[in-house]
Amino acid sequence: MYKIVEKEPLNSTVTRMVIEAPFIAKKAEPGQFIILRVNADGERIPLTIADFDRDKGTVTIIYQIVGKTTMLLDQLKVGESLHDFVGPLGTASETDNIKKIAVVGGGVGCAIAFPIAKKLHEKGAEVHTIVGFRNTDLIILEDDFKKISDKCIVMTDDGSNGHKGLVTDALKELIESGEKYDEVITIGPLIMMKFVCLTTKQYGIKTVVSMNPIMIDGTGMCGGCRLTVGGETKFACVDGPDFDGHLVDFDEAMARGTTYKEFETREREEECHLLGGAN
Amino acid sequence: MPNMSLTKLPMPAQDPIERSHNFKEVTLGYTEEMAVEEAGRCLHCKNKPCISGCPVMVNIPDFIAKVSERDFIGAYEIIHQTSSLPAVCGRVCPQESQCEAKCVRGIKGEAVAIGRLERFVADYYMAHAKEDIKPAPSNGRKVAVIGAGPSGLTCAGDLAKKGYKVTVFEALHLAGGVLVYGIPEFRLPKAIVQKEIDNLKNMGVDVETNMVIGKVLSIDELFEMGYEAMFVGSGAGLPNFMNIPGENLKGVYSANEFLTRTNLMKAYTENSDTPIMKCNNVAVVGGGNVAMDAARCAKRLGAENVYIVYRRSEKEMPARLEEVEHAKEEGIIFKNLNNPTRIVGENGWVTGMECVKMELGEPDESGRRRPVSVEGSEYILDVEAVIMSIGTSPNPLIKNTTKGLETNRRGCFVADEETGLTSREGVYAGGDAVTGAATVILAMGAGKKAAQAIDEYIQSKN
Repeated sequence: MYKIVEKEPLNSTVTRMVIEAPFIAKKAEPGQFIILRVNADGERIPLTIADFDRDKGTVTIIYQIVGKTTMLLDQLKVGESLHDFVGPLGTASETDNIKKIAVVGGGVGCAIAFPIAKKLHEKGAEVHTIVGFRNTDLIILEDDFKKISDKCIVMTDDGSNGHKGLVTDALKELIESGEKYDEVITIGPLIMMKFVCLTTKQYGIKTVVSMNPIMIDGTGMCGGCRLTVGGETKFACVDGPDFDGHLVDFDEAMARGTTYKEFETREREEECHLLGGAN
Repeated sequence: MPNMSLTKLPMPAQDPIERSHNFKEVTLGYTEEMAVEEAGRCLHCKNKPCISGCPVMVNIPDFIAKVSERDFIGAYEIIHQTSSLPAVCGRVCPQESQCEAKCVRGIKGEAVAIGRLERFVADYYMAHAKEDIKPAPSNGRKVAVIGAGPSGLTCAGDLAKKGYKVTVFEALHLAGGVLVYGIPEFRLPKAIVQKEIDNLKNMGVDVETNMVIGKVLSIDELFEMGYEAMFVGSGAGLPNFMNIPGENLKGVYSANEFLTRTNLMKAYTENSDTPIMKCNNVAVVGGGNVAMDAARCAKRLGAENVYIVYRRSEKEMPARLEEVEHAKEEGIIFKNLNNPTRIVGENGWVTGMECVKMELGEPDESGRRRPVSVEGSEYILDVEAVIMSIGTSPNPLIKNTTKGLETNRRGCFVADEETGLTSREGVYAGGDAVTGAATVILAMGAGKKAAQAIDEYIQSKN
């Protein structure tokens, strides 16, 4: 069974968890995702693979506590097991023929951006990372990013780390200062990815986004994860999760993401009461 | 002297109004007395035409004879010689177009209720028999089955009976395929499916869930792991959409998503963690069994008005007559000869579906009269949810990750009709992955033939 071998809080709401899953660890590539269930009656939630260790047979996930399932997940301790853990799903991020790249991450999305940035660094590309958080207490993986980046800029919305501003401001500045990127990869909240794409479009820089919509099976069966890319309907689970950001209909994706907002808020509140937490 | 009644003995069912608010089984099954009475209608024809109508060739007259003798366990044993899932088939097979279509009693009057009798026998056995299923003596050979749906489970069962060490790989967290994610509880109780799967496990079959073959392991890797042959029964799981405007609004589901949320993820229960939209007005687009299932689920989830929107007339409907009738009894509104043209919405949510009226023209390539739209007849049907149930295609995951596995232009595996052999040695396929979306029993028949062929192949190797 899918045993938890490590668990470490990265900030007040984001946790890193290392899971025993040798078959998945053997095949996983940056950009792919897994689906998990915490218990026998639980819902299936997709999480992007944050790291993997083929020798140890482990897969790392990084999650933010946003709803009932992530709350239940966070109750589990090292040594306990997940009920279900399936993957690696989706197609791997394209990392060939990239010599110089800007990786732009936002919030917990940085957890997904990291393995891609790392792989590009290992393949010899010049990697610039721009990561953004709401405030300095929420910053995650800063040292990890610094280790694999030729340039690393950490921004906060409120400036509490000394660099106030949005990731798009920092990206624009780099481009304006003459940095020539083959590609920009951006992973984070939909609204952030939308504006990164609007920024890069002005400069004609190819931009890849990683989508994380609502889905059930993750194998192309439900179609719940569909989105419009260049006027065509695509399934994020099998056609993605990476897409050409300049072709994605972000407004539609943002609308679809709120389908169960009311239900999720209610479930979360109920779970908070059950767990005795305050929220 | 046979029972010469011209009609089948009706099977008791839950009251339509009552059942349209619950997920309990609709039909209740024969009692012992009813089964014996109906069994008396069989004429025990010498040439047994009914058997030729059954994809797995159940010895129908012989099992019915046992029912007449009240030897219900004996009747089960006869069915089980050829069918591995009798309780499932007795419920979801389209008997009216298979065994019962060939029944001599059907020439003047109604056919013998073979399906109802099969279901009775299987249920009786489950309730009364002391099961003592043991694995067959092992022959030490390993076979992999990909997909734990009707074809895969049948193939696994037949191979296990012959002593093979069979591992079934299932992508979802639960085995059963369409029997658990698609067909609703009120038509096929999940406890019955589970029982059949437990029986397979007792026969020594390993079921590995959460294994997406093509992703976590490839066909080639399975061969390297010592599996000598494999059966691919990966189904037709990819939902089709109409590609009309508004299809990505909130409130538009594929039937697959709607049924999976409801059945597999149990969204119909009060405390399910998986949400589903509960609406008052729902349109289901399509006229197959899946459309009927989706409509009847929507009704049970509390919708007041559930519409079936189908572009042809009722006569052309691919759904089983029994399903259509059950749906009507439960108050599903049929809008036949109507075709959606776009879905309209406000603030991202569905508020209605524009439909155009249709009329039937000349027959098309399927032999059915082609529906043609009536100009200017567009109107808006007020609904908050639309469920697209217009068919599914095979999943490309295995095709895309396996060299030398041929598929046709619809993405179905090319396989020999008699053996299931694909373009790769040792790889067999069957069920919806080969035929495109079809029935449970046809998939079982394919699994059965492939098991036979796999046995012959492995035995011929040395």
